[in-house]
Amino acid sequence: MVLRELCRLRGASGDEGRVRDFVRIHSEKYADSVTVDRMGNLLAFKKGASSHKHVMLAAHMDEVGFIVVGINDNGLLSYEPVGAIDPRAVISKPVLVGDNEVPGVIGAKAIHLQTKAEFEKMLRHDDLYMDIGAQSKAEAEKLVEPGDYATFASDWREFGEGLVKSKALDDRVGVMALMSILENEYPCDITCAFTVQEEVGLRGAICAGYNVEADEAIALEGTTANDLGDVPDPLKVCRVGRGVAISFMDRTSIANRPLFQRLRDTAIAAGIPWQLKQFIAGGNDAGAIQLSRGGVPTAVLSVPCRNIHSASSVASFSDIEAQFSLVDRYLRRECK
Amino acid sequence: MKDTLLRLLNAYGAAGCEGNVTDVLASMVAPHCDEMRTDALGNLICIKKGAGRKVMVCAHMDHIGFVVTDADEKGFLRVGSVGGIRKSASINRRVVFENGVNGVLSNELDDFSADDRKMENLFIDIGAASRDEALSSVSIGDVAVYAPGAFELLNGVVAAPAMDDRAGCAVAVEALKALTDSANEVAFVFSAQEEVGLRGAKAAAYSIDPEIGISIDVTPSGDTPKGPKTAVKLGAGPCVKVRDSSLVCSPKVVRGLEAAAGRLGIAVQREVLTMGGNDAAAMQLTRAGVLAGTISIACRYVHSASEAVSLPDCERAAALLVEFLRNPLGE
Repeated sequence: MVLRELCRLRGASGDEGRVRDFVRIHSEKYADSVTVDRMGNLLAFKKGASSHKHVMLAAHMDEVGFIVVGINDNGLLSYEPVGAIDPRAVISKPVLVGDNEVPGVIGAKAIHLQTKAEFEKMLRHDDLYMDIGAQSKAEAEKLVEPGDYATFASDWREFGEGLVKSKALDDRVGVMALMSILENEYPCDITCAFTVQEEVGLRGAICAGYNVEADEAIALEGTTANDLGDVPDPLKVCRVGRGVAISFMDRTSIANRPLFQRLRDTAIAAGIPWQLKQFIAGGNDAGAIQLSRGGVPTAVLSVPCRNIHSASSVASFSDIEAQFSLVDRYLRRECK
Repeated sequence: MKDTLLRLLNAYGAAGCEGNVTDVLASMVAPHCDEMRTDALGNLICIKKGAGRKVMVCAHMDHIGFVVTDADEKGFLRVGSVGGIRKSASINRRVVFENGVNGVLSNELDDFSADDRKMENLFIDIGAASRDEALSSVSIGDVAVYAPGAFELLNGVVAAPAMDDRAGCAVAVEALKALTDSANEVAFVFSAQEEVGLRGAKAAAYSIDPEIGISIDVTPSGDTPKGPKTAVKLGAGPCVKVRDSSLVCSPKVVRGLEAAAGRLGIAVQREVLTMGGNDAAAMQLTRAGVLAGTISIACRYVHSASEAVSLPDCERAAALLVEFLRNPLGE
């Protein structure tokens, strides 16, 4: 399964090469031109059959991860998160460090040794360390160096009714959807932009939006589903299994109203399950693309993910399918 | 000025939904400009052609509001913020949607603070008795704003919601109408989405590609009891911004504005703001850089339903803008 392969690939922000290589092999089979810009975005252009409208579709290749910032005398690694990661979600999680995939575990002081005050205080990344089993600084230095990236080491696991647990579902779901889109023929010109460094500030998309210069753009994302536990309905953001989430607004963009409505109308007409993203949270590549050059109408379609930005994000295959279907139908129906 | 301002204040226009303000402005300025267009972000761009310097004037149409994220079973709407909402200025206020539906913005009482930015404990009561009834009047994604309602105080002071930045729009409109003899090419941009991050101005500045960019916006006035710590006063003339958190104004533009004020013989105040930001910052960093500055209108109670400005300040700001546009850099 392509998504499984994509999620397995390691690609923290700034280190997207493995994902890009995978996408490039596929894109070159189907696109009319494939370029990588100076920022590292892969831009796959495919000419339309009948229309000169140019639609940009964006999904980011990078995932949240870690970067080694220091090696301590006792052989433990100090690290910083790359992208937004809740420190509570990393303790005792296995990771792979550097290009050689050195196995490690993120650790905190054992509960037996914590004072009451320490136990009640929320740990920060500064309080944690990465243990690669080295006994000394010298031993650790043979295996890793500051600047090495680390990513969650987490299995792909299908469970429940059509659910999957993996790392990096945000945004390999979008990457997979765009790879599938490239296989098809559409009336309009499309550029599938596989962007870099989204998780650290939509940086790739700033350049991709400028380089593509599209008539409109749709970002395909994985987004927060806050639908577990005792959360009041208005704060659930969106819900796993209820369909692709269409955003009217988030922290970085307000959806272009006509484009938003055309997407919603397409979902309704085609019977594709959809929901609104109901909480004003998060940001994504649309925020950067809409401001490129003289402005671009943008919208965002997301797959709801529980435990997003963790080792064990959870999504539903039906939502993943709905995201692809909506983009596919939209391009066929609206872009003649 | 007063009629223009009052008409603009009455138009609904939250960030991202500026269409009504665009319509009012377009009807006001169409006879006076050579070209008019809107763009992907929702900006209204009005061009007066000329062979001289290219100048962009920018005043934002949008104001802050509350976006509906859901309705509960009892029919109360849940909201998120659109722009810099101050909760303490919003509680139990009348709000209104684009389709005319009225509501009261209120708050849960338990465990509530008006000093944080949490919007989860606010709601809008539109009188609905159920979720279905609420969502048949208002849709998720619709934005409520403080209900319009301008009123006059002594000495030509007018208070209303959305004075930030319809006051700037009114100044730009009056300047556009008065500017009949300029050799310079002037693009008057009525920008969208300023309150959510100067978004409209950024795209407009790229497409216009000006040499000089000047925004017209309100700034907090420091003349109320134990008020904001700034030297700016209401009624003491338009302000020439030196800096705020988003930009250091081009000294050439600051000097150009002060020289224009000198030629007119009107008093101006220098404004140094230790917070805030405005469209000039977006213009300044466009392409290879733009000479950017701001004419500010002193305003009491910014980001509330009673934003108060002085009409004489607005009139003099329009005169200052016209004189500046004739000869921006005092050459």
